[in-house]
Amino acid sequence: MSVVTTLIPPQAPPEAPPKPFTASRFFGNIFMGVWLALTVGVFLMIVGGWDPEKFTRYGPSYLSGLGVTLLLVGLSVVLGGLISLPLAFARMSKNPVFSWLAYGYVYFFRGTPLLTQLFLVYYGLGSFSAELKAWGLWWFFRDAWNCALLTFTLNTAAYQAEILRGAIESVPRGQHEGADALGLPKKVAFFKVILPQALIVALRPYGNEIILMIKGSAIVAIVTVFDLMGETRRAFSRTFDYQAYLWAALLYLLMVELLRNLWAWLELRLTRHLKR
Amino acid sequence: MSGFFTAIVEAVSAILGIIDPLCGPIGIFNLFAGGTLLACGNAGWGDEIAFGFLVTASLAIATLPVGLVAGFFIALAKQSEEKSLRLSANIYTTLFRGLPELLTLFIVYYGLQILVQNLAAALGYGGAVEINAFFAGMIALGVVFSAYCSEVLLSAFKAIPRGQYEAGYALGLHHGRTMRLIVLPQLIRVALPGLGNLWMALLKDTALVSVIGLPDILRQTGVAARVTKEAFQFYAIACLLFLVLAFLSSLVFSAIEGWAKRSEVAR
Repeated sequence: MSVVTTLIPPQAPPEAPPKPFTASRFFGNIFMGVWLALTVGVFLMIVGGWDPEKFTRYGPSYLSGLGVTLLLVGLSVVLGGLISLPLAFARMSKNPVFSWLAYGYVYFFRGTPLLTQLFLVYYGLGSFSAELKAWGLWWFFRDAWNCALLTFTLNTAAYQAEILRGAIESVPRGQHEGADALGLPKKVAFFKVILPQALIVALRPYGNEIILMIKGSAIVAIVTVFDLMGETRRAFSRTFDYQAYLWAALLYLLMVELLRNLWAWLELRLTRHLKR
Repeated sequence: MSGFFTAIVEAVSAILGIIDPLCGPIGIFNLFAGGTLLACGNAGWGDEIAFGFLVTASLAIATLPVGLVAGFFIALAKQSEEKSLRLSANIYTTLFRGLPELLTLFIVYYGLQILVQNLAAALGYGGAVEINAFFAGMIALGVVFSAYCSEVLLSAFKAIPRGQYEAGYALGLHHGRTMRLIVLPQLIRVALPGLGNLWMALLKDTALVSVIGLPDILRQTGVAARVTKEAFQFYAIACLLFLVLAFLSSLVFSAIEGWAKRSEVAR
Protein backbone atom coordinates (compact mmCIF):
# COMPACT_ATOMS: atom_id res chain seq x y z
CA MET A 1 0.00 0.00 0.00
CA SER A 2 1.44 3.27 -1.03
CA VAL A 3 1.15 6.29 1.15
CA VAL A 4 1.65 9.82 0.00
CA THR A 5 4.58 11.14 1.91
CA THR A 6 5.35 14.31 0.03
CA LEU A 7 2.99 16.91 -1.31
CA ILE A 8 3.42 18.41 -4.71
CA PRO A 9 4.99 21.83 -4.12
CA PRO A 10 2.78 24.80 -4.96
CA GLN A 11 3.20 25.98 -8.49
CA ALA A 12 2.48 29.15 -10.35
CA PRO A 13 -0.76 29.10 -12.35
CA PRO A 14 -0.43 28.45 -16.06
CA GLU A 15 0.17 31.51 -18.15
CA ALA A 16 -2.91 33.21 -19.58
CA PRO A 17 -3.25 32.61 -23.29
CA PRO A 18 -2.26 35.65 -25.33
CA LYS A 19 -5.15 37.95 -26.24
CA PRO A 20 -6.13 37.35 -29.85
CA PHE A 21 -5.48 40.33 -32.09
CA THR A 22 -8.99 40.84 -33.42
CA ALA A 23 -10.24 43.33 -35.97
CA SER A 24 -11.98 45.35 -33.27
CA ARG A 25 -8.74 45.59 -31.31
CA PHE A 26 -6.98 46.74 -34.46
CA PHE A 27 -9.54 49.46 -35.14
CA GLY A 28 -9.70 50.43 -31.48
CA ASN A 29 -5.96 50.99 -31.44
CA ILE A 30 -6.14 53.00 -34.64
CA PHE A 31 -8.93 55.26 -33.35
CA MET A 32 -7.22 55.74 -30.01
CA GLY A 33 -4.11 56.64 -31.98
CA VAL A 34 -6.09 59.20 -33.96
CA TRP A 35 -7.49 60.78 -30.79
CA LEU A 36 -4.04 60.78 -29.21
CA ALA A 37 -2.52 62.38 -32.31
CA LEU A 38 -5.28 65.01 -32.36
CA THR A 39 -4.78 65.79 -28.67
CA VAL A 40 -1.03 66.10 -29.14
CA GLY A 41 -1.60 68.20 -32.26
CA VAL A 42 -3.97 70.57 -30.47
CA PHE A 43 -1.60 70.76 -27.52
CA LEU A 44 1.37 71.54 -29.78
CA MET A 45 -0.73 74.11 -31.62
CA ILE A 46 -1.60 75.85 -28.36
CA VAL A 47 1.96 75.65 -27.01
CA GLY A 48 3.53 76.59 -30.34
CA GLY A 49 1.20 79.49 -30.97
CA TRP A 50 1.14 80.62 -27.34
CA ASP A 51 1.11 84.37 -27.20
CA PRO A 52 0.80 85.95 -23.74
CA GLU A 53 -0.21 89.23 -25.32
CA LYS A 54 -3.18 87.64 -27.09
CA PHE A 55 -4.09 85.79 -23.93
CA THR A 56 -4.17 88.93 -21.81
CA ARG A 57 -6.08 90.79 -24.48
CA TYR A 58 -8.70 88.18 -25.37
CA GLY A 59 -8.83 86.14 -22.14
CA PRO A 60 -11.04 88.62 -20.24
CA SER A 61 -13.33 89.06 -23.25
CA TYR A 62 -13.81 85.29 -23.36
CA LEU A 63 -14.84 85.38 -19.71
CA SER A 64 -17.28 88.22 -20.30
CA GLY A 65 -18.65 86.30 -23.30
CA LEU A 66 -19.10 83.27 -21.06
CA GLY A 67 -21.01 85.48 -18.64
CA VAL A 68 -23.28 86.73 -21.43
CA THR A 69 -23.96 83.18 -22.60
CA LEU A 70 -24.80 81.97 -19.10
CA LEU A 71 -27.00 84.98 -18.36
CA LEU A 72 -28.86 84.62 -21.65
CA VAL A 73 -29.46 80.91 -21.17
CA GLY A 74 -30.34 81.23 -17.50
CA LEU A 75 -32.80 84.07 -18.00
CA SER A 76 -34.47 82.54 -21.04
CA VAL A 77 -34.83 79.11 -19.40
CA VAL A 78 -36.44 80.63 -16.30
CA LEU A 79 -38.73 82.99 -18.24
CA GLY A 80 -39.55 80.25 -20.73
CA GLY A 81 -40.42 77.97 -17.83
CA LEU A 82 -42.90 80.56 -16.56
CA ILE A 83 -44.53 80.88 -20.01
CA SER A 84 -44.54 77.13 -20.52
CA LEU A 85 -46.91 76.59 -17.56
CA PRO A 86 -50.03 78.23 -19.06
CA LEU A 87 -48.97 76.90 -22.47
CA ALA A 88 -48.90 73.31 -21.24
CA PHE A 89 -52.30 73.74 -19.60
CA ALA A 90 -53.73 75.28 -22.75
CA ARG A 91 -52.35 72.32 -24.71
CA MET A 92 -54.05 69.88 -22.32
CA SER A 93 -57.29 71.83 -22.01
CA LYS A 94 -60.56 70.42 -23.31
CA ASN A 95 -61.38 73.69 -25.03
CA PRO A 96 -60.38 73.14 -28.68
CA VAL A 97 -59.54 76.81 -29.22
CA PHE A 98 -56.94 76.87 -26.46
CA SER A 99 -55.49 73.50 -27.31
CA TRP A 100 -55.19 74.31 -31.04
CA LEU A 101 -53.63 77.70 -30.36
CA ALA A 102 -51.07 76.13 -28.05
CA TYR A 103 -50.47 73.34 -30.55
CA GLY A 104 -49.84 75.87 -33.32
CA TYR A 105 -47.43 77.80 -31.12
CA VAL A 106 -45.50 74.68 -30.18
CA TYR A 107 -45.48 73.39 -33.77
CA PHE A 108 -44.12 76.68 -35.08
CA PHE A 109 -41.34 77.02 -32.55
CA ARG A 110 -40.32 73.37 -32.70
CA GLY A 111 -40.59 73.10 -36.46
CA THR A 112 -38.43 76.03 -37.51
CA PRO A 113 -34.75 76.65 -36.84
CA LEU A 114 -33.88 78.90 -33.91
CA LEU A 115 -31.72 80.97 -36.24
CA THR A 116 -34.68 81.72 -38.51
CA GLN A 117 -36.80 82.72 -35.51
CA LEU A 118 -34.01 85.00 -34.32
CA PHE A 119 -33.78 86.66 -37.73
CA LEU A 120 -37.54 87.00 -37.85
CA VAL A 121 -37.54 88.84 -34.52
CA TYR A 122 -34.37 90.88 -34.92
CA TYR A 123 -34.44 91.86 -38.60
CA GLY A 124 -38.12 91.16 -39.31
CA LEU A 125 -39.59 93.17 -36.45
CA GLY A 126 -36.85 95.73 -37.02
CA SER A 127 -38.47 96.59 -40.33
CA PHE A 128 -41.55 97.78 -38.40
CA SER A 129 -39.50 100.36 -36.53
CA ALA A 130 -42.00 103.17 -37.19
CA GLU A 131 -44.90 101.23 -35.66
CA LEU A 132 -42.73 100.03 -32.79
CA LYS A 133 -41.62 103.59 -32.09
CA ALA A 134 -45.27 104.65 -32.07
CA TRP A 135 -46.05 101.99 -29.49
CA GLY A 136 -42.98 102.86 -27.45
CA LEU A 137 -41.44 99.42 -27.85
CA TRP A 138 -38.55 100.39 -30.06
CA TRP A 139 -36.01 100.62 -27.22
CA PHE A 140 -36.58 96.92 -26.62
CA PHE A 141 -36.36 95.63 -30.19
CA ARG A 142 -33.46 97.91 -31.10
CA ASP A 143 -31.08 95.88 -28.99
CA ALA A 144 -29.91 92.53 -30.35
CA TRP A 145 -29.56 91.17 -26.82
CA ASN A 146 -33.23 91.81 -26.03
CA CYS A 147 -34.30 90.21 -29.31
CA ALA A 148 -32.16 87.17 -28.58
CA LEU A 149 -33.62 86.90 -25.08
CA LEU A 150 -37.18 87.18 -26.42
CA THR A 151 -36.61 84.60 -29.15
CA PHE A 152 -34.91 82.14 -26.82
CA THR A 153 -37.61 82.56 -24.19
CA LEU A 154 -40.40 81.92 -26.69
CA ASN A 155 -38.51 78.99 -28.20
CA THR A 156 -37.66 77.24 -24.96
CA ALA A 157 -41.21 77.88 -23.70
CA ALA A 158 -42.51 75.73 -26.56
CA TYR A 159 -40.08 72.90 -25.79
CA GLN A 160 -40.65 73.13 -22.03
CA ALA A 161 -44.42 73.11 -22.50
CA GLU A 162 -44.12 69.80 -24.36
CA ILE A 163 -41.84 68.40 -21.66
CA LEU A 164 -44.25 69.46 -18.94
CA ARG A 165 -47.27 68.13 -20.78
CA GLY A 166 -45.60 64.77 -21.38
CA ALA A 167 -44.59 64.55 -17.74
CA ILE A 168 -48.02 65.48 -16.37
CA GLU A 169 -49.73 63.03 -18.69
CA SER A 170 -47.31 60.29 -17.66
CA VAL A 171 -48.64 60.38 -14.08
CA PRO A 172 -51.03 57.43 -13.85
CA ARG A 173 -54.79 58.01 -13.58
CA GLY A 174 -54.87 56.24 -10.26
CA GLN A 175 -52.96 59.11 -8.67
CA HIS A 176 -55.71 61.55 -9.65
CA GLU A 177 -58.33 59.15 -8.38
CA GLY A 178 -56.42 58.57 -5.16
CA ALA A 179 -56.25 62.31 -4.53
CA ASP A 180 -59.97 62.60 -5.27
CA ALA A 181 -60.73 59.74 -2.92
CA LEU A 182 -58.87 61.53 -0.14
CA GLY A 183 -61.10 64.53 -0.75
CA LEU A 184 -58.23 66.82 -1.76
CA PRO A 185 -59.24 69.93 -3.65
CA LYS A 186 -58.09 70.02 -7.29
CA LYS A 187 -55.40 72.62 -6.62
CA VAL A 188 -53.87 70.81 -3.67
CA ALA A 189 -54.04 67.52 -5.56
CA PHE A 190 -52.16 69.05 -8.46
CA PHE A 191 -49.41 70.72 -6.47
CA LYS A 192 -48.93 68.04 -3.80
CA VAL A 193 -49.63 64.84 -5.71
CA ILE A 194 -49.36 65.22 -9.48
CA LEU A 195 -46.65 67.84 -9.98
CA PRO A 196 -43.96 66.28 -7.73
CA GLN A 197 -44.24 63.00 -9.61
CA ALA A 198 -44.35 64.74 -12.98
CA LEU A 199 -41.26 66.81 -12.25
CA ILE A 200 -39.20 63.71 -11.54
CA VAL A 201 -40.15 62.39 -14.96
CA ALA A 202 -39.41 65.80 -16.49
CA LEU A 203 -36.02 66.18 -14.81
CA ARG A 204 -33.95 64.55 -17.51
CA PRO A 205 -35.68 66.28 -20.46
CA TYR A 206 -35.26 69.61 -18.65
CA GLY A 207 -31.53 68.96 -18.37
CA ASN A 208 -31.36 68.11 -22.06
CA GLU A 209 -33.26 71.28 -22.89
CA ILE A 210 -30.83 73.45 -20.90
CA ILE A 211 -27.89 71.79 -22.65
CA LEU A 212 -29.57 72.37 -26.02
CA MET A 213 -30.11 76.01 -25.09
CA ILE A 214 -26.44 76.46 -24.14
CA LYS A 215 -25.43 74.97 -27.47
CA GLY A 216 -28.10 76.86 -29.37
CA SER A 217 -27.16 80.17 -27.77
CA ALA A 218 -24.00 80.21 -29.91
CA ILE A 219 -26.06 81.51 -32.82
CA VAL A 220 -26.67 84.89 -31.18
CA ALA A 221 -23.14 85.70 -32.30
CA ILE A 222 -24.57 86.07 -35.81
CA VAL A 223 -26.83 88.95 -34.76
CA THR A 224 -23.92 90.79 -33.10
CA VAL A 225 -24.43 89.76 -29.50
CA PHE A 226 -20.99 89.21 -27.99
CA ASP A 227 -21.53 85.99 -26.14
CA LEU A 228 -18.80 83.35 -25.93
CA MET A 229 -19.17 82.55 -29.63
CA GLY A 230 -19.29 86.22 -30.56
CA GLU A 231 -16.10 86.97 -28.67
CA THR A 232 -14.52 83.95 -30.34
CA ARG A 233 -15.47 85.19 -33.77
CA ARG A 234 -14.15 88.64 -32.94
CA ALA A 235 -10.86 87.21 -31.71
CA PHE A 236 -10.59 85.01 -34.81
CA SER A 237 -11.35 87.82 -37.22
CA ARG A 238 -8.63 89.95 -35.64
CA THR A 239 -5.88 87.36 -35.23
CA PHE A 240 -6.75 84.65 -37.79
CA ASP A 241 -5.58 82.26 -35.11
CA TYR A 242 -7.37 78.91 -35.21
CA GLN A 243 -6.79 78.54 -31.47
CA ALA A 244 -9.62 80.99 -30.85
CA TYR A 245 -12.12 78.29 -31.78
CA LEU A 246 -10.33 75.62 -29.77
CA TRP A 247 -10.57 77.69 -26.57
CA ALA A 248 -14.27 78.28 -27.19
CA ALA A 249 -14.77 74.55 -27.81
CA LEU A 250 -13.05 73.81 -24.51
CA LEU A 251 -15.26 76.24 -22.60
CA TYR A 252 -18.47 74.95 -24.19
CA LEU A 253 -17.47 71.35 -23.50
CA LEU A 254 -16.69 72.23 -19.91
CA MET A 255 -20.10 73.89 -19.45
CA VAL A 256 -22.03 71.02 -21.00
CA GLU A 257 -20.13 68.29 -19.17
CA LEU A 258 -20.46 70.06 -15.81
CA LEU A 259 -24.19 70.46 -16.34
CA ARG A 260 -24.55 66.85 -17.47
CA ASN A 261 -22.77 65.55 -14.39
CA LEU A 262 -24.70 67.88 -12.11
CA TRP A 263 -27.92 66.58 -13.63
CA ALA A 264 -26.87 62.95 -13.23
CA TRP A 265 -26.13 63.62 -9.57
CA LEU A 266 -29.41 65.48 -9.14
CA GLU A 267 -31.36 62.65 -10.66
CA LEU A 268 -29.64 60.07 -8.46
CA ARG A 269 -30.37 62.19 -5.40
CA LEU A 270 -34.00 62.98 -6.21
CA THR A 271 -34.99 59.44 -7.15
CA ARG A 272 -33.32 57.69 -4.23
CA HIS A 273 -36.69 56.86 -2.69
CA LEU A 274 -37.66 55.00 -5.88
CA LYS A 275 -34.73 52.57 -5.67
CA ARG A 276 -35.47 49.01 -4.75
CA MET B 1 -13.44 68.00 -54.82
CA SER B 2 -15.54 71.13 -54.63
CA GLY B 3 -16.31 70.92 -58.33
CA PHE B 4 -17.69 67.45 -57.80
CA PHE B 5 -20.15 68.61 -55.17
CA THR B 6 -21.20 71.62 -57.18
CA ALA B 7 -21.87 69.21 -60.01
CA ILE B 8 -24.04 67.08 -57.72
CA VAL B 9 -25.98 70.13 -56.55
CA GLU B 10 -26.45 71.24 -60.15
CA ALA B 11 -27.57 67.81 -61.33
CA VAL B 12 -30.08 67.46 -58.50
CA SER B 13 -31.41 70.94 -59.05
CA ALA B 14 -31.74 70.30 -62.78
CA ILE B 15 -33.86 67.21 -62.17
CA LEU B 16 -35.95 68.86 -59.47
CA GLY B 17 -36.40 71.98 -61.61
CA ILE B 18 -38.78 70.02 -63.79
CA ILE B 19 -41.07 69.07 -60.91
CA ASP B 20 -40.35 72.18 -58.86
CA PRO B 21 -43.29 72.75 -56.49
CA LEU B 22 -42.41 76.41 -55.92
CA CYS B 23 -41.33 77.82 -59.26
CA GLY B 24 -42.09 75.06 -61.78
CA PRO B 25 -44.78 75.17 -64.43
CA ILE B 26 -47.46 74.62 -61.78
CA GLY B 27 -45.43 76.13 -58.92
CA ILE B 28 -47.04 77.92 -55.99
CA PHE B 29 -45.10 81.12 -56.60
CA ASN B 30 -46.11 81.13 -60.25
CA LEU B 31 -49.78 80.53 -59.52
CA PHE B 32 -50.40 82.82 -56.55
CA ALA B 33 -47.59 85.34 -56.41
CA GLY B 34 -47.13 86.32 -60.03
CA GLY B 35 -46.93 90.08 -59.65
CA THR B 36 -45.37 90.29 -56.19
CA LEU B 37 -41.86 90.17 -54.78
CA LEU B 38 -42.10 86.40 -54.90
CA ALA B 39 -42.48 86.16 -58.67
CA CYS B 40 -40.14 83.79 -60.45
CA GLY B 41 -37.48 84.89 -62.87
CA ASN B 42 -35.93 88.34 -62.87
CA ALA B 43 -39.05 90.08 -61.58
CA GLY B 44 -38.95 88.65 -58.07
CA TRP B 45 -37.19 86.42 -55.58
CA GLY B 46 -39.26 83.28 -56.13
CA ASP B 47 -36.68 81.32 -58.11
CA GLU B 48 -33.82 82.26 -55.74
CA ILE B 49 -35.84 81.09 -52.75
CA ALA B 50 -36.88 77.93 -54.59
CA PHE B 51 -33.20 77.20 -55.23
CA GLY B 52 -32.48 77.74 -51.53
CA PHE B 53 -35.27 75.30 -50.67
CA LEU B 54 -33.62 72.69 -52.89
CA VAL B 55 -30.19 73.30 -51.39
CA THR B 56 -31.53 72.92 -47.84
CA ALA B 57 -33.41 69.74 -48.72
CA SER B 58 -30.49 68.22 -50.63
CA LEU B 59 -28.02 69.09 -47.86
CA ALA B 60 -30.19 67.33 -45.29
CA ILE B 61 -30.78 64.36 -47.59
CA ALA B 62 -27.09 64.09 -48.46
CA THR B 63 -26.08 64.23 -44.79
CA LEU B 64 -28.54 61.58 -43.65
CA PRO B 65 -26.85 58.43 -45.10
CA VAL B 66 -23.40 59.62 -43.98
CA GLY B 67 -24.62 60.20 -40.45
CA LEU B 68 -26.66 56.99 -40.30
CA VAL B 69 -23.82 54.73 -41.44
CA ALA B 70 -21.27 56.43 -39.22
CA GLY B 71 -23.69 56.35 -36.29
CA PHE B 72 -24.34 52.64 -36.81
CA PHE B 73 -20.66 51.78 -36.67
CA ILE B 74 -20.11 54.03 -33.66
CA ALA B 75 -22.98 52.27 -31.90
CA LEU B 76 -21.35 48.93 -32.73
CA ALA B 77 -18.03 50.24 -31.39
CA LYS B 78 -19.71 51.33 -28.16
CA GLN B 79 -20.90 47.84 -27.36
CA SER B 80 -17.70 46.14 -28.45
CA GLU B 81 -15.75 44.02 -25.97
CA GLU B 82 -12.61 45.90 -26.88
CA LYS B 83 -11.88 48.62 -24.36
CA SER B 84 -9.99 50.98 -26.66
CA LEU B 85 -12.76 50.90 -29.26
CA ARG B 86 -15.41 51.69 -26.63
CA LEU B 87 -13.34 54.51 -25.21
CA SER B 88 -12.65 56.14 -28.55
CA ALA B 89 -16.33 55.94 -29.55
CA ASN B 90 -17.33 57.51 -26.23
CA ILE B 91 -14.84 60.33 -26.69
CA TYR B 92 -16.37 60.98 -30.10
CA THR B 93 -19.94 61.26 -28.81
CA THR B 94 -19.01 63.30 -25.75
CA LEU B 95 -17.11 65.73 -27.93
CA PHE B 96 -19.66 66.25 -30.67
CA ARG B 97 -22.74 66.20 -28.47
CA GLY B 98 -21.15 68.78 -26.22
CA LEU B 99 -20.05 71.29 -28.84
CA PRO B 100 -22.51 73.79 -30.32
CA GLU B 101 -23.34 72.88 -33.91
CA LEU B 102 -22.25 76.32 -35.07
CA LEU B 103 -18.85 75.88 -33.46
CA THR B 104 -18.48 72.41 -34.97
CA LEU B 105 -19.27 73.91 -38.34
CA PHE B 106 -16.64 76.63 -37.94
CA ILE B 107 -14.07 74.17 -36.65
CA VAL B 108 -14.69 71.84 -39.58
CA TYR B 109 -14.82 74.66 -42.13
CA TYR B 110 -11.67 76.50 -41.06
CA GLY B 111 -9.91 73.37 -39.82
CA LEU B 112 -10.43 71.60 -43.14
CA GLN B 113 -9.24 74.70 -44.91
CA ILE B 114 -6.01 74.79 -42.88
CA LEU B 115 -5.55 71.04 -43.28
CA VAL B 116 -6.05 71.05 -47.03
CA GLN B 117 -3.92 74.15 -47.39
CA ASN B 118 -1.03 72.52 -45.53
CA LEU B 119 -1.47 69.31 -47.49
CA ALA B 120 -1.47 71.20 -50.76
CA ALA B 121 1.58 73.18 -49.69
CA ALA B 122 3.36 69.93 -48.83
CA LEU B 123 2.53 68.61 -52.29
CA GLY B 124 3.95 71.75 -53.87
CA TYR B 125 0.73 73.65 -54.60
CA GLY B 126 0.91 77.15 -53.21
CA GLY B 127 -2.46 78.65 -54.17
CA ALA B 128 -5.32 79.39 -51.84
CA VAL B 129 -7.70 76.52 -51.18
CA GLU B 130 -11.39 77.13 -50.69
CA ILE B 131 -13.48 74.42 -49.10
CA ASN B 132 -16.93 73.99 -50.58
CA ALA B 133 -19.57 75.16 -48.09
CA PHE B 134 -21.88 72.29 -49.01
CA PHE B 135 -19.13 69.75 -48.32
CA ALA B 136 -18.10 71.39 -45.03
CA GLY B 137 -21.74 71.56 -43.95
CA MET B 138 -22.24 67.93 -44.86
CA ILE B 139 -19.23 66.86 -42.80
CA ALA B 140 -20.09 69.00 -39.78
CA LEU B 141 -23.78 68.09 -39.71
CA GLY B 142 -22.95 64.45 -40.45
CA VAL B 143 -20.54 64.33 -37.52
CA VAL B 144 -23.11 65.83 -35.14
CA PHE B 145 -25.87 63.60 -36.51
CA SER B 146 -23.74 60.46 -36.18
CA ALA B 147 -22.91 61.28 -32.57
CA TYR B 148 -26.60 61.54 -31.64
CA CYS B 149 -27.54 58.65 -33.92
CA SER B 150 -25.10 56.32 -32.20
CA GLU B 151 -26.84 56.97 -28.87
CA VAL B 152 -30.27 56.26 -30.35
CA LEU B 153 -29.05 53.08 -32.03
CA LEU B 154 -27.21 51.98 -28.89
CA SER B 155 -30.39 52.12 -26.83
CA ALA B 156 -32.21 50.32 -29.66
CA PHE B 157 -29.53 47.60 -29.64
CA LYS B 158 -30.10 47.17 -25.91
CA ALA B 159 -33.80 46.59 -26.56
CA ILE B 160 -33.05 43.52 -28.69
CA PRO B 161 -32.77 40.39 -26.55
CA ARG B 162 -29.66 38.22 -26.65
CA GLY B 163 -31.79 35.29 -27.73
CA GLN B 164 -32.24 36.87 -31.15
CA TYR B 165 -28.51 36.71 -31.80
CA GLU B 166 -28.32 33.19 -30.39
CA ALA B 167 -31.19 32.08 -32.60
CA GLY B 168 -29.33 33.44 -35.60
CA TYR B 169 -26.16 31.57 -34.68
CA ALA B 170 -28.19 28.42 -34.01
CA LEU B 171 -29.51 28.64 -37.56
CA GLY B 172 -25.92 28.64 -38.75
CA LEU B 173 -25.84 32.27 -39.86
CA HIS B 174 -22.54 34.02 -39.36
CA HIS B 175 -22.25 37.32 -37.55
CA GLY B 176 -22.82 39.61 -40.50
CA ARG B 177 -25.91 37.82 -41.74
CA THR B 178 -27.37 37.59 -38.23
CA MET B 179 -26.97 41.34 -38.00
CA ARG B 180 -28.45 41.98 -41.42
CA LEU B 181 -31.32 39.49 -41.48
CA ILE B 182 -32.39 39.28 -37.84
CA VAL B 183 -31.15 42.21 -35.77
CA LEU B 184 -31.29 45.11 -38.22
CA PRO B 185 -35.01 44.85 -39.13
CA GLN B 186 -35.95 44.90 -35.46
CA LEU B 187 -33.42 47.63 -34.75
CA ILE B 188 -34.99 49.93 -37.34
CA ARG B 189 -38.42 49.44 -35.83
CA VAL B 190 -37.21 50.31 -32.33
CA ALA B 191 -34.99 53.21 -33.38
CA LEU B 192 -37.36 54.85 -35.84
CA PRO B 193 -39.02 57.38 -33.49
CA GLY B 194 -35.63 58.52 -32.20
CA LEU B 195 -34.23 58.75 -35.71
CA GLY B 196 -37.27 60.82 -36.72
CA ASN B 197 -36.45 63.36 -34.01
CA LEU B 198 -32.83 63.44 -35.14
CA TRP B 199 -33.90 64.05 -38.72
CA MET B 200 -35.99 67.04 -37.62
CA ALA B 201 -32.99 68.38 -35.68
CA LEU B 202 -30.80 67.88 -38.74
CA LEU B 203 -33.28 69.74 -40.92
CA LYS B 204 -33.21 72.68 -38.54
CA ASP B 205 -29.43 72.61 -38.21
CA THR B 206 -29.01 73.03 -41.96
CA ALA B 207 -30.00 76.68 -41.45
CA LEU B 208 -26.62 77.19 -39.75
CA VAL B 209 -24.75 76.41 -42.95
CA SER B 210 -26.04 79.70 -44.39
CA VAL B 211 -23.52 81.37 -42.07
CA ILE B 212 -20.58 80.00 -44.06
CA GLY B 213 -22.15 81.07 -47.32
CA LEU B 214 -24.20 78.16 -48.62
CA PRO B 215 -27.18 79.56 -50.58
CA ASP B 216 -29.85 77.75 -48.56
CA ILE B 217 -33.34 78.97 -47.63
CA LEU B 218 -32.16 81.31 -44.92
CA ARG B 219 -29.36 82.88 -46.93
CA GLN B 220 -31.50 83.42 -50.01
CA THR B 221 -34.36 84.95 -48.03
CA GLY B 222 -31.81 87.01 -46.11
CA VAL B 223 -30.39 88.44 -49.32
CA ALA B 224 -33.91 89.17 -50.55
CA ALA B 225 -34.76 90.81 -47.21
CA ARG B 226 -31.71 93.05 -47.35
CA VAL B 227 -32.33 94.13 -50.92
CA THR B 228 -36.08 94.71 -50.69
CA LYS B 229 -36.20 95.89 -47.02
CA GLU B 230 -39.14 93.55 -46.50
CA ALA B 231 -37.35 91.56 -43.82
CA PHE B 232 -40.41 90.33 -41.95
CA GLN B 233 -42.13 88.99 -45.04
CA PHE B 234 -39.09 87.11 -46.29
CA TYR B 235 -38.06 85.63 -42.94
CA ALA B 236 -41.68 84.59 -42.39
CA ILE B 237 -41.47 82.78 -45.74
CA ALA B 238 -38.24 81.11 -44.57
CA CYS B 239 -40.04 79.92 -41.43
CA LEU B 240 -42.95 78.71 -43.52
CA LEU B 241 -40.68 76.76 -45.86
CA PHE B 242 -38.97 75.07 -42.92
CA LEU B 243 -42.41 74.21 -41.52
CA VAL B 244 -43.33 72.71 -44.88
CA LEU B 245 -40.16 70.60 -44.82
CA ALA B 246 -40.94 69.49 -41.26
CA PHE B 247 -44.52 68.64 -42.20
CA LEU B 248 -43.47 66.70 -45.31
CA SER B 249 -40.90 64.71 -43.37
CA SER B 250 -43.42 63.91 -40.64
CA LEU B 251 -45.66 62.47 -43.37
CA VAL B 252 -42.78 60.42 -44.77
CA PHE B 253 -41.81 59.22 -41.31
CA SER B 254 -45.30 58.10 -40.41
CA ALA B 255 -45.39 56.17 -43.71
CA ILE B 256 -42.04 54.52 -42.91
CA GLU B 257 -43.23 53.75 -39.39
CA GLY B 258 -46.32 52.10 -40.80
CA TRP B 259 -44.14 50.07 -43.14
CA ALA B 260 -41.78 49.02 -40.35
CA LYS B 261 -44.69 47.95 -38.15
CA ARG B 262 -46.60 46.14 -40.88
CA SER B 263 -46.00 42.79 -39.23
CA GLU B 264 -47.42 44.01 -35.92
CA VAL B 265 -50.70 45.20 -37.37
CA ALA B 266 -52.10 41.74 -37.87
CA ARG B 267 -51.64 40.80 -34.24
